[in-house]
Amino acid sequence: MSRRSTGPAIEAEGLAKSFGDTRALDGLDLTVPAGTVYGVLGPNGAGKTTAVRVLATLLRPDGGRARVFGHDVIAEADAVRARVSLTGQYASVDEDLTGLENLILLGRLLGHRKPAARQRAESLLAAFGLTEAADRQVKKYSGGMRRRIDIAASILNTPDLLFLDEPTTGLDPRSRNQVWEIVRAVVAHGTTVLLTTQYLDEADQLAGRIAVVDHGRVIAEGTPGELKASVGSGTVHLRLRDAHQRPEAERLLRTALDVPVQLEPDPVALTARVGGDGSDLDASEQAARVLGDLARAGIVVDNFSLGQPSLDEVFLALTDHPAVPADERDEQLEAAR
Amino acid sequence: MSSNATTTTGPAPTVYVPSAEALSTVLAPGARPPRPSPLSASLTFGWRAMLKIKHVPEQLFDVTAFPIIMVLMFTYLFGGALADSPRDYLQFFLPGIMVTSVVMITMYTGIGLNTDIEKGVFDRFRTLPVWRPAALVGMIFGDVLRYVLAAVVILGVGLVLGFRPDGGLLGVLGGIGLLVVFSFAFSWVWTFFGLVLRSEKSVMGVSMMVLFPLTFLSNVFVEPATMPGWLQAFVKVNPITQLVASVRAVMSGASDPSSTMWTLVWSAAFVVVFGTLTMYRYNRR
Repeated sequence: MSRRSTGPAIEAEGLAKSFGDTRALDGLDLTVPAGTVYGVLGPNGAGKTTAVRVLATLLRPDGGRARVFGHDVIAEADAVRARVSLTGQYASVDEDLTGLENLILLGRLLGHRKPAARQRAESLLAAFGLTEAADRQVKKYSGGMRRRIDIAASILNTPDLLFLDEPTTGLDPRSRNQVWEIVRAVVAHGTTVLLTTQYLDEADQLAGRIAVVDHGRVIAEGTPGELKASVGSGTVHLRLRDAHQRPEAERLLRTALDVPVQLEPDPVALTARVGGDGSDLDASEQAARVLGDLARAGIVVDNFSLGQPSLDEVFLALTDHPAVPADERDEQLEAAR
Repeated sequence: MSSNATTTTGPAPTVYVPSAEALSTVLAPGARPPRPSPLSASLTFGWRAMLKIKHVPEQLFDVTAFPIIMVLMFTYLFGGALADSPRDYLQFFLPGIMVTSVVMITMYTGIGLNTDIEKGVFDRFRTLPVWRPAALVGMIFGDVLRYVLAAVVILGVGLVLGFRPDGGLLGVLGGIGLLVVFSFAFSWVWTFFGLVLRSEKSVMGVSMMVLFPLTFLSNVFVEPATMPGWLQAFVKVNPITQLVASVRAVMSGASDPSSTMWTLVWSAAFVVVFGTLTMYRYNRR
């Protein structure tokens, strides 16, 4: 279709935005190719939401410029709004209204006449598995249903660019998978998706390219493969039976893998990256060899896992500081309990 | 988050499995309708306000119970002292208390907007390609319905207590019409504060600080003739005084062209000044 332009969906240069003394965006550059899922990965407070709000015309940047499909987000805000939709981190539908009413309301605001708006609302509810909940107030929806009505509201007029701000934060694994399936279907239809997330796993699953954001700036950009190559494709987590054996285990790991080994706050746990650029073995072969080494040295391993590097590990590798300062992380863990 | 795998209540709901086929039907880009006109967009937002009243009817408490209390309280408190009897006082007082109650209710516009914005639904509205003020105009349309309701409730109570307007039905309708026009305009003061102030509580605080002097330092309760000169000067320019004088005149079958003109001038000024300030803040948030 003619409205699918060939240029990039988003071009942002040097975006800056401060709230009081906090620099939420500090020279953010971003180029998002059209027709793909683009992941913006970063911890809380990295500036992800601010970036999305600027690009969706909700906030004026203090500096820099941004174009969406060639339209300036400030000077041509209306042209941008005609082509984008935003599903924010918090409910962006009216919680007092029912699911059906919300979709009819938005359909009417987009210019559909009442019968057409109702028809569109009903078919969207059906496609998102919400027909039974159509006449229930949104505040009575579960977290997963709320996300789905939010996304359904965003595709009332199939947008050319869809912003999804942390679409799976706080969802259970099943609801998360449902959202992922929806995102895949949306992008298969030619809509560009910009997705912010705190989970490398999620960005890896969905995104063609990822920008890692920290302190309002992009600190790394590339395909998931490129990013993981720079970080190591996997992480070995070990829990030893005996805390006294940890120093020896650490030394063994460091010589075998030739990477830094992270000692966890838990005195029997340690973590190391495997499968990085420097090795000719893949992650699982390296992990297997390490396990053998440990067994021969008489170190008892109670628990072993090989997984993708966490956001924390990506951040450690890219910035030499964890995604969240340790004291804050403890607070978050406390709060999550 | 704590979850307990062993507690399940009721039958498990059917699990939603996204189907690529169903999704692709709704994703097929259909023809995009032209954007709605400013009026149509505003009326749609007004419909949203009606739906909210339908789902949360308790919110009508402030436009029904509050006005009734106001009328009863002041009629019997001041009636004997200020006039020969509550019934006599009511002939003078009812238009004034109607204005006071409805103007006080306008502050809920600001409180409502403030909570709406907290919840994030305005983010969605602000990314829609519609006439920008529509969301706020529509919201105030919904509030206008509440003003009419409050005015009718007060009129009803007044009639029961013995209020007999000489202006008849037309006079009463005219009075309510003037009041609604003014209240619509005055609501823009609160949309501005609703956007500028950080919390619902501070909106409430500022509203009270503005509304109490404005409504009490007027001709609502007594004739200004007995007041000291400096107070009379304030009472004279107070828009509430003008509004009450014009409503009183129309309801009693007379007319007060000067007050009516000033009421309309004040209304226009509120819309122009605070409407502009509101939209400036709304676009910049």
